[in-house]
Amino acid sequence: MAIENTVRRNLPGSLETNRNLSQWLDINTDGTVTMRPGKIEIGQGILTALRQIVAEELDVNLERINIVTAVTALSPNEGVTSGSRSIEESGVAFRYAAAEARELLLARAGAKLGVSIEQLSVSDGVITSRSGGSVSYWDITDGDLLKREATGDAKPKSHMLYRIVGTAAPRVDIPRKVSGAPVYVHDMDVPGLLHARVSRPPSYKAELVSVDMDDVRKMPGVVAVVRDGRFLGVIAEREEQAIRAQRRLTRNAKWKEGPTLPEFDPRYLLKLQAKTDVISEKKGAASSGREFSGEYTRQFLAHASLAPSCAVAKFEGGKFTVWTHSQGIYPLRAEMAPALGVPAEDIVIHHVEGAGCYGHNAADDVALDAALLARGALGRTVRLQWMRDEEFAWEPYSSAMVVKTRATLSDAGQITDWQMDVWSHGHSSRPGRGPGSNLLAAWHLEKPLVRAQTANPPLPGGGSHRNAIPIYDFPNEKVSNHLIPDPPLRASALRGLGSQTNVFAIESFMDELALAAGVDPIAFRLRHLKDPRGRAVIEKVAAMAKWKPNSRGDGANGRGIGFARYKNGAGYMAMIVDIVLAETIRVTHVWAAVDVGQIINSDGLLNQVEGGIIQAVSFALKEEVKYDRERVTLKSWDDYPILSFDEVPEVEVALINRPELPPLGAGEGTQGPISAAVANAVFNAAGIRLHDIPFTRERLITAMA
Amino acid sequence: MGMQITVNGRALSVAADEETPLLYVLRNEAGCKGVRYGCGLGQCGSCTVIIDGKPVQSCDVPVSAVAGKSITTVEGIGSMDEPHPLQRAFVDEQAAQCGYCATGIIMSAKALLDVNASPSDAEIKAALSKNLCRCGTHQRILRAVKRAAIEMRK
Repeated sequence: MAIENTVRRNLPGSLETNRNLSQWLDINTDGTVTMRPGKIEIGQGILTALRQIVAEELDVNLERINIVTAVTALSPNEGVTSGSRSIEESGVAFRYAAAEARELLLARAGAKLGVSIEQLSVSDGVITSRSGGSVSYWDITDGDLLKREATGDAKPKSHMLYRIVGTAAPRVDIPRKVSGAPVYVHDMDVPGLLHARVSRPPSYKAELVSVDMDDVRKMPGVVAVVRDGRFLGVIAEREEQAIRAQRRLTRNAKWKEGPTLPEFDPRYLLKLQAKTDVISEKKGAASSGREFSGEYTRQFLAHASLAPSCAVAKFEGGKFTVWTHSQGIYPLRAEMAPALGVPAEDIVIHHVEGAGCYGHNAADDVALDAALLARGALGRTVRLQWMRDEEFAWEPYSSAMVVKTRATLSDAGQITDWQMDVWSHGHSSRPGRGPGSNLLAAWHLEKPLVRAQTANPPLPGGGSHRNAIPIYDFPNEKVSNHLIPDPPLRASALRGLGSQTNVFAIESFMDELALAAGVDPIAFRLRHLKDPRGRAVIEKVAAMAKWKPNSRGDGANGRGIGFARYKNGAGYMAMIVDIVLAETIRVTHVWAAVDVGQIINSDGLLNQVEGGIIQAVSFALKEEVKYDRERVTLKSWDDYPILSFDEVPEVEVALINRPELPPLGAGEGTQGPISAAVANAVFNAAGIRLHDIPFTRERLITAMA
Repeated sequence: MGMQITVNGRALSVAADEETPLLYVLRNEAGCKGVRYGCGLGQCGSCTVIIDGKPVQSCDVPVSAVAGKSITTVEGIGSMDEPHPLQRAFVDEQAAQCGYCATGIIMSAKALLDVNASPSDAEIKAALSKNLCRCGTHQRILRAVKRAAIEMRK
């Protein structure tokens, strides 16, 4: 048996599932390089970082590299751009693909120049032999060069030789964006473009009793009024006409509603049937000492993208072409096919940028909406943009959560037993995570598709249980995850998934235990932490903020720390915040120390971490999805305030570069440590312990009582 | 005969009816896609333009209210090849993540710098109080506005 021939080699990163070099790169005769990432830009600067990796491995200047944004049937299928995994998956694939392309080019050059490849060096695509003579990539490349399966054998460059990776290469997209150029899917325009809007039900389970559509059909500019079950939409010649028609259609629809939503307190989760898994259990030496417990909650949280979701679609000759800002065009295509009743091959999806999404918002839903409406547009192209109230009311939120903790503290001030229980809905309902459909309109059709339940990505990354297992070393430990798959509000992935609440609970409880032990919070953490990289970021941030052990606030000013290793396997983040307590909490200063292994783009990393911190302060202080027993009641920014320019803290970030170690994701690790640091700072200031996120004025008053 | 407005120095005969928010006229008739829809409620500032020297949220103004007036959008202050000092400063400070809020913020900042060449931090924050940024790029944006102010004073 020729086993060697049948064993599939494991390849690095996304090369494993997209194995041909030509899927990733072209070396062109015109002196350029084309790269085709399957990951997409969502304002995190990923395309700039991937370009640096390719330029570095190929030894060509950045300007030579053109990026083809993701489109089904052409780009490698890299699933979803999420979980801060793009550098680990796409970055690693490009690193090995480019290294192998370079080797293939050197082999051709060696043959042409009649020297061994050890004699050759490369500078901006020009290969020079030590004995004289040179030839360029562009002279010796051809269409066949990369038409082969990757071997994974080409050895990437040593980090000692880096000249592009690790530098603050400017983002490729910013000049166009600040010039006002049409860069977003929202800006697409073609001759004859039609504008569409959807008229949504007033609540999740509302039933359509009646709707007068004729009245709307007679309105100026209206091309079509569409009804499929309780999916209602309009198409008009002009955008303002579509909006007016949508408003009239909404007024003309009569709905039957009932109370289907739970009480406005995450503790409703404790009353529901859950699937329980013990996700960590350690039994060491018997523990004894004082016992402590805590309970922490967080409300549903919205992505609240600045731009409501938008897609453009065309239906012609039985085939759909869709442009959208989805984070996963291949899973979306597979999910759209049954809803549209066509095979996936009859749908082409192009990724075009949208506003920052921070997770799974309505970017996928709007693609199906636009395609459904395009069927009624007689071959004309249709642009559909959700309205602000629609985005607030219908996007999938991050699940509410409840976390309970228990610990035993020995007389020597050591935690000898740690227990934690997490209650939550699943943190993903992205397309492709069925059975059932995760696209909004699919549930509203005359022949509806079954709504998929929420699920969690598996550990070690996890979903609701992301960062639920403490990174500290405790001799006895038990962590249980209680998953309630069917959420009363739509729920899916939002920056950090469960890590925000889990780290909030762990790091708040650590401070409570440190206080009980009479030990400084930082010393107490270090006492329980062996991981040297974790210790290093904590010590670094303490030095940055000039942390004074055991110092107490003055009733109004306080300081607190939070720490985590994101997903217990990605970046290490330690943060100290200063707060001022008045009518509300004001975060005035944040220091952060960050270790994400090898840094690809130092300024891109800073931008991500600074932004994550400011957004996390907003999450912690202000944000919650409001609902009554019938409806989600968010309509505008008044109902969902976020941090404004006059409320943002000063943020200082220190990066610990470890070029010899693998690069790790960075974008999401900030959310957990910040929530805890703020709560710990409030306690430090005034002795008030906050257990429920967000820390609004109302909750502050409740906690003081 | 429809209404006339002037957009970035060019006359435009408006085809939309008079109740149409200025935003849609600018985007779909004048082709100024840098004026962005964020809320339609005058709450987020993504659609900010300058009229009579003042920042105006164009989603919240019927086009009839600006008939005969001169409107400046982000496209009117600079381009990729010839950026306004504010646009250049946003690039120099890498003051964007998704960038969706950036054009509205640049217009609010321009309205400030046109009347106050040396604004304090508090004045800049006040001028941007009607602009939202969801990515948390505030700190870099504030730095960019300060940098542009210095450049423009030179």
